[in-house]
Amino acid sequence: MTTTANRPAVEIRDLHKSFGPLEVLKGIDFEVGQGEVVCVIGPSGSGKSTLLRCVDLLEQPTAGKIWVNGVEMTDPDVEIDAVRRGIGMVFQSFNLFPHLTVLDNLTVAQRKVLRRGRAEAERIARANLERVGLTDKADVFPAQLSGGQQQRAAIARSLSMEPKLMLFDEPTSALDPELVGDVLTVMRKLAEDGMTMMVVTHEMAFARDVADRVVFMDGGVVVEQGPPQEVLGAPKHERTRAFLARVLDPTHVAQLGQPDQSPEPPQAPNLPADDRHQL
Amino acid sequence: MKLRRRQRERLSLGLQYLVFIAVIAAVLFAADWGRLKDAFFRVDIIESMFPTIITVALRNTILYTLGAFAFGLVFGTILALMRLSRVAPYRWVATAYIELFRGLPALLVLFLVGYGIPIAFPEREIPGGVFGSIAIGLGLTAAAYMAETIRAGIQAVPKGQMEAARTLGMSHFTAMRTIVIPQAFRIVIPPLTNELILLTKDSSLAYVLGVTAQTIEVTKFGRDMLNDRVNATPLLVAGLAYLIITLPLSQVVRRLELRYAKAR
Repeated sequence: MTTTANRPAVEIRDLHKSFGPLEVLKGIDFEVGQGEVVCVIGPSGSGKSTLLRCVDLLEQPTAGKIWVNGVEMTDPDVEIDAVRRGIGMVFQSFNLFPHLTVLDNLTVAQRKVLRRGRAEAERIARANLERVGLTDKADVFPAQLSGGQQQRAAIARSLSMEPKLMLFDEPTSALDPELVGDVLTVMRKLAEDGMTMMVVTHEMAFARDVADRVVFMDGGVVVEQGPPQEVLGAPKHERTRAFLARVLDPTHVAQLGQPDQSPEPPQAPNLPADDRHQL
Repeated sequence: MKLRRRQRERLSLGLQYLVFIAVIAAVLFAADWGRLKDAFFRVDIIESMFPTIITVALRNTILYTLGAFAFGLVFGTILALMRLSRVAPYRWVATAYIELFRGLPALLVLFLVGYGIPIAFPEREIPGGVFGSIAIGLGLTAAAYMAETIRAGIQAVPKGQMEAARTLGMSHFTAMRTIVIPQAFRIVIPPLTNELILLTKDSSLAYVLGVTAQTIEVTKFGRDMLNDRVNATPLLVAGLAYLIITLPLSQVVRRLELRYAKAR
């Protein structure tokens, strides 16, 4: 695989994505540099999760090109399983495998995909469990963990594949407020260790403190991007200001005097049931 | 006098018990137990059925059932995957097969396998003789039912499971085999148990293939004894023999479900 160190980790050119008649992404140009931590923020329905899922080809773009570490994901002949080995994905709903213990969750792909032996896979798994503070949970099933613990186990599962790039799709949105901190701490440590990260999030404090760059999306386009202190501290666009006001001071939204700017925009329609297992 | 709510409930329940007991008592008293016992419960006949009913007949019933279930499970899983395939002809073939074999009586399928295949391929034999013919003959029908059950199970596994597996670099096939299908089977344990119990009783259709003293199963054994002794006792014993299979089976499945409960 041609992994060119000087190519950005993620390059996206004029990306469009439609679900039926609904155009969710309307021409995105976007990059994540090697070692960079980019937070993508924006109202729900803005297309930020779809953008993230396109990077890993969980959604097939309608038009445009995507490269990950120099490999073109949008090439119809891309060896998708091989490229995905280098990309870690963390989901809002954790998606741990409920029929496997935590340790087996961390070793199953190492063994089936990377062909590591059991001993080596378990050694790497335990090292990553230690990294996320779950050393004592190796032998329990996911259902016996709290949400925060499940998400940290899911992060450790991705890290066990030793990815060059980590994608996070609203990793703390399904968590009780007091569990959010543990997950964010793990992510911050990861960023400090130099991991390349693209994070779709509603955690403005995390974006401000950890991100190298913040990208604000609305209505399927990138509205503005830059260092966190600029985008979050002194936003140039009205849409960014309105969003931040709603997020940071939700009890005073009405005082903005803006007549109901974005009532929950339409969600992407569910795929037909028969498509569910045919990624 | 106006009754309070709890009094009304108690009264209503009391009346229901009363009717229930009256019906049972009426049946018990009205029946001619002496004649019933002569027709269905002759101890000397029961004794003469042992141990053959266990060592030969019940053993064969279990073997035929397990053979048909194993065949149906493997073939049914393949059909379920074909039904969910991206490749349209696979879907068509699987759908046509399922519709056809769910509609045909198991007896007819068994007959076609037992007599049709030897005519079609005169030089070859179905491996396993009668056992093989029954496993395939009943398994073909069972597969059609199980395919739909398994398909529903696969679809009940959340989409995120496949996504997570694929993002870890697993191929579609590996993800299906190690992540989705194991979870799907846990979901469909209860309906598959039903199928296994139905197959246990369908194994009595083996008689159409002409069984011998060595390959006889429970129902045929009971009917042969019935003709031999001109008494219905063997049928009752044969019926109870099926319970020896199905009751422990239900217990095993209940245990299995409890064990899996924490892992889902």
